[in-house]
Order: sequence, then C-alpha cells, then structure tokens
Amino acid sequence: MSTQDDKAKEVSADGAAGPIILFFILGLAASLVLGWVIFPKLLYSQKKQPIDFNHVLHVEAVDEGCESCHFFREDGSFSGVPKLAQCVECHGDVQGENPNEIKFVNDYVANGREVPWLVYARQPDCVFFSHAAHVKKAEMECSTCHEHIGESEHSRVYEENRITGYSRDIWGKNISGLKSNTWDRMKMDDCAECHATKEIKTDVETLPWPLNWAPLPYEKQTGNQASIKTVKEACFVCHK
Amino acid sequence: MKEEGKHNKKAKKYGMVINLDNCTGCGACMVACMAENNVPFKEDESDKLDSITWMRVYKLANGESYPDADICYLPRPCMHCEGYHGHSPCVSVCPAVATDYNHDTGIVSQIYTRCFGCRYCMGACPYHARYFNWWDPVWPEGMTKYLSPNVSARMRGIVEKCSFCFHRHQLAMDKAFLEGRTELEENEYQTSCTQACPAGAITFGDLNNPHHKVNQMVKPDNKHGGRPGDPNAFRLLERLGTNPKVYYISSKEWVRRAGDNYLANEDRTVQQH
Repeated sequence: MSTQDDKAKEVSADGAAGPIILFFILGLAASLVLGWVIFPKLLYSQKKQPIDFNHVLHVEAVDEGCESCHFFREDGSFSGVPKLAQCVECHGDVQGENPNEIKFVNDYVANGREVPWLVYARQPDCVFFSHAAHVKKAEMECSTCHEHIGESEHSRVYEENRITGYSRDIWGKNISGLKSNTWDRMKMDDCAECHATKEIKTDVETLPWPLNWAPLPYEKQTGNQASIKTVKEACFVCHK
Repeated sequence: MKEEGKHNKKAKKYGMVINLDNCTGCGACMVACMAENNVPFKEDESDKLDSITWMRVYKLANGESYPDADICYLPRPCMHCEGYHGHSPCVSVCPAVATDYNHDTGIVSQIYTRCFGCRYCMGACPYHARYFNWWDPVWPEGMTKYLSPNVSARMRGIVEKCSFCFHRHQLAMDKAFLEGRTELEENEYQTSCTQACPAGAITFGDLNNPHHKVNQMVKPDNKHGGRPGDPNAFRLLERLGTNPKVYYISSKEWVRRAGDNYLANEDRTVQQH
C-alpha cells in the first residue's frame, strides 16, 4: 500500500499538468482552425460561371432596367435567369470585341444551346417562393434579397455545398451565420425575419421549436391568423 | 362585382362535390393525380397494400343478387376535414406541426420536410387518405424529366396525402398578384382530378361562396358542421363529426347509406346531432 501511495505522489509532483494543458490548448486551437477555416473550404466547391457576365454594361444598354431581362410572364411566374431566346434578340451576331461575348455567341448562340448558368439564389426543392407576392403585392426591392447585383461587372465564383448541392448564398458567406445585410443569407430564418417584423399577416415558425410551442386550444380561432397549429400562417404558404 | 367584393373578406373553404351518378370508375382522376403530384410507384404495383393513391376509386356493391345487383364507384381524395374549428383528426394528433389546417383556404396541409414519419395521422384518419413512403421514390431513367417542378418529391419515411393541388392555388395567386388582384376566379384554381374527369363527376370550388357551383350543388349548412342541405348529398362517415369538405351526390339510397354505418332499420335522414 505504502509503495503505491509514494508512486502516486511522485506522478503528481512530476509537473505533468503543464504538457497536458499545452496539449489541450493546441488541440483546441487545431480544432477551431479545422472547424472554422479548413472545413468550410472543403465543404464548398468553387465553380465559375460559363460566361463572365457584366451587369453594368447591360443595364446601360437596355431601356427598362432589370425588367428588360428579368420579367414576369403573363401567367404570374417569374423568368429569373433569362433563356437564350432573350439574349439572341441582341446577340444574334458578335457585336464587339469582348472575349466573353465572342465565346457566348460562338459556343451557345451558334449552336442554339442554353447557357448552363449557375443560380446563386436557387432554393431547395421543398421551397415555394413567389416573386409575384413579394415584388408586386409587397412591393419589395429586388436588392433586398439579391444584393445590388446590377452593379456587378463580373460574375462571382459560385460555391456549391458538396453535401447538399445548395448554393453557398443560402447559408451565407459567413460560416458562423452572422449577417449584416438582408441579402447575406437566404435561409428559412431570414425569410422569417421579415415575415415576423413586417406588418403582414404572414408569420413563420423558426427552427428549432419555439419555446412557446404547445398544443393549442382548438375552441376558437385567434385573430386573423390562419393556422390551427401555429396560430400563425400555415407552413404551406412557403413550403411545397 | 360589389357583391363579390363583400364576399372577399370571408375565408375560403375549398371543397369538392363528386356526383357518383356520373362516375364511371374509369380511374382518370387517379392517373391525373399521380402525374400531377409526382406520386411515386413501386416495381410491383399489384401489391396494393402499400401503394400510394392520393385519389382512390373504390367499388361499392349493394350485395343483392340479380336482378337487383347494383354497383357504384366512389373516388376518395383527402377529405380536408374541418372538424370543429379546424380540429381535424390528423392535425390534432400530429406532434411535429407537419400537418396543419388553414382557415383561409380550408386546406389541410402536409409539410414533407417537417414530417418524421410517426404515422399517428394515418391512424387518426378515418378515410385512409394518408400514405406512408416505405421507400425512396425511384423513377425509370428519363422519367424524372416528366416530374412537376411545383410539387416536391417525398423521401422514404414520411407521410403524404392529397393537397387539393395546393400548388395550383399558389400559381393562380401569382397570376392574381401580377394583375393586382388578391382574389381568384372559380376556374382559376381547379384540381387536377377535377379537370381530368371525362364524365364531369367532380366539381371543385369555394364552399363558402354562393356563386360557386359546389355551394349551389350541396348547400352546406355551416351552422351545423357543414352538413349538406341537398337530400341527395352526403359525406363519408358524417356522424364522426370530422366535417369533411368532400361531398358526394347519389340518387340511390343504398349508396348514400353506404357512406356511414347505420343500424339495419335506422333512418339515415334523421340527424343525430
């Protein structure tokens, strides 16, 4: 017994705590670097747009601003990224000496092939987004979600999440999820941010569970809220 | 127009009236529904136990022998039960808020990304209108190009059901917003099965709107759980109090009796509540 006690004393007196703490700090630092710097780099693949598009040049040349190319169709749907047919109206032949235009006309217009644009703002399959409701009814600016894209001279790199296949614009550039502009992220919480503060009937539950969630009394409908479960507007408004 | 404007303030209650006298049992509604809503199918569809059929045509028989034998076909979508104040059977049991009742449209929603597949709703639904995905959907090569982009495909392990083609409502609203309206015309929002029925047996519209055909056909009595005013109209399992929004019309008494469980000598027309 006595020899074991002596040995224990020897170990603790050895000053082993120093290396252990150092090891812990180094490990922590390594983990942080791995999680905050290396993992995000690995998570997103970097893709270039097939054509480097200059918005400034185009906005100057067209008459109706953004709506010259990004317009509503008669059935209420939104055209989004223009099809080749729109571009051909001006770019039937090469007009200048810009290598991007020459590439566009030779590779796509000449072959009648659609440009495989990478859409930064593409939402997951389960999301229903109505441009008509936001732009026409709520009279929101395009830049609220899409940044001042009309002022860009080059197409930025498209980053794709290798696991989900979604654009990085959905999660946002900041890996910690912090944002300073309304267009920095396009997650459900960002939709909810607006839907919760604006004077509109729509309201969205955020994930995870709100603290006040509980089965609600069914006896009466409260106010003008449409949904039975959330006493807010139903999830079906934006989900499909 | 003025009268319509007055009505606009009221909530919609989209519902369906199916005239069983017209239904030939052809199954076009089932096919249209599957195509419209990206409903997956299995390698062996002859095993009907776990087939997914948002709209399903049942065959009823009166059990008599010749010459009194008679049959009737009964298409069954989701009934979009209102219950009492939106207390429909499936909505009240869902622990995930994956299914919900909307007072603005009267539609029982199903949020696939929210559902975790406990299947309480399937147990609660007296109409067997809900289906479970036992497998991930697999379409033959190239067939994915035929899928509707307006309806998301469902993964393994979750429940799905008829939505009254709610995506069509969303798209119709888009058009309305573009034209500066917030209200839809009757013909702007119709379900896929309604439009596919070659016999015109299915009618769809707002049960609250007296200008809509569905309202005129069944004259629902909203003060009494929406029970039909028309003597030939009935709802399935009326006496459960689920207050469904799908009404059936039949000129045959045995068909109307088949809609619920009655004692042998009970009078169907006497209201119990």
